[in-house]
Amino acid sequence: MFSLQVLLIAILAGIVGSILGLGGGIIVTPALTLLFGVSIEHAIGASIISVIATSSGSAIAYIRDRITNLRVGMFLEIATTIGAITGAFIGGLIAPNLLYIIFGLLLVYSAINMIKKKKGDHQEAVEMHPAAAKLKLGGSYYDKAVEQQISYNVGNVYGGFGVMYGAGIVSGLLGIGSGSFKVMAMDVFMKLPLKVSTATSNFMMGVTAAASAGVYLLRGSIDPHIAGPVALGVLAGATIGAQIMQRMKSKTIRMIFIPVLLYIALQMIYQGMGLDK
Amino acid sequence: MSDNSSIQKDNSQIQDVELAVSRWLRVGVLISAAVIILGLILFFIQGSSGYPGDYYPHSLPEIFTGTIHMKPYAVITTGLILLILTPVLRVAISIWVFVREGDKLYVIITSIVLIILIVSFALGKA
Repeated sequence: MFSLQVLLIAILAGIVGSILGLGGGIIVTPALTLLFGVSIEHAIGASIISVIATSSGSAIAYIRDRITNLRVGMFLEIATTIGAITGAFIGGLIAPNLLYIIFGLLLVYSAINMIKKKKGDHQEAVEMHPAAAKLKLGGSYYDKAVEQQISYNVGNVYGGFGVMYGAGIVSGLLGIGSGSFKVMAMDVFMKLPLKVSTATSNFMMGVTAAASAGVYLLRGSIDPHIAGPVALGVLAGATIGAQIMQRMKSKTIRMIFIPVLLYIALQMIYQGMGLDK
Repeated sequence: MSDNSSIQKDNSQIQDVELAVSRWLRVGVLISAAVIILGLILFFIQGSSGYPGDYYPHSLPEIFTGTIHMKPYAVITTGLILLILTPVLRVAISIWVFVREGDKLYVIITSIVLIILIVSFALGKA
């Protein structure tokens, strides 16, 4: 019974995670701790597994349908992995409270930016950044919602790279996929279309999470009784979500994304101010 | 968008990469899912995890021998390990495809990612 309930929650997490590029941890962790009374250690272990499952499950469709920008993903992965190592190092040195607040505010900033941006499914005119041209980051994808091939340029490569480094630090510190920062770096800074941003964020998150998953496994945080059903459910959910997302309007995705982003931001600020204790 | 034609050309070049990565990813995901399902089925048939109490194996030798003896929790964990390895496999395959396409810049970029990933694995264990 327990396995079946976990499986159902995991399917939902996989669908939401793959559409928003957030990995599914935002649903799996609270559901396991609040609904099933799972310890936070085992919930985080299952959350890491759900990030990888969302990433691999949705990447099959997103890559095949050429929504994911592999080059952007690979290039930015340098920043996130180095950031993750940095985060693991400074984790023991500084109190994460200040970082929680800084990153929370950064998310609020990007949410406001996303609200202001009234762009629909068409990209606003973006100058191709010289570094983006050199790295061949531009691309195009077929949008099933508007039934159109959409070409796009890539702007502000350095800004995006910097935010990705920050996203990596957050991953290393908190052991999360930090998909919200990844989507922000690509959508707000580099001006990629939202669908390309969430698909590429999904792709990248698995790589970042895999680096820490091994450690969690050997430490004994990954309980097969919980993580097994989570993995299967999320894989199924992510496969479904990857199909749904392509048919959704970018505007709809944005309207779901912004409240979720604000929620994560406020939670981080709340935690940073020590109000949760 | 004056260089639209060059974007189109790049797209056809990276199409191969994408299809190859997607195909191998599917193989990895299906194998890991099958192993996890096998473990869960064994768990329900045998009615036990194969280990006393709430214990579950979490060292590699223990998981390996448990899997050979078809202990349910060990089999599930093996499936989870295979799942964890799929993103690493994804990066490794991308290197191979970029090599085949002669895209030196991305062979270097992707190799850097793989090296950092391996370093972080090593650091994580310490």
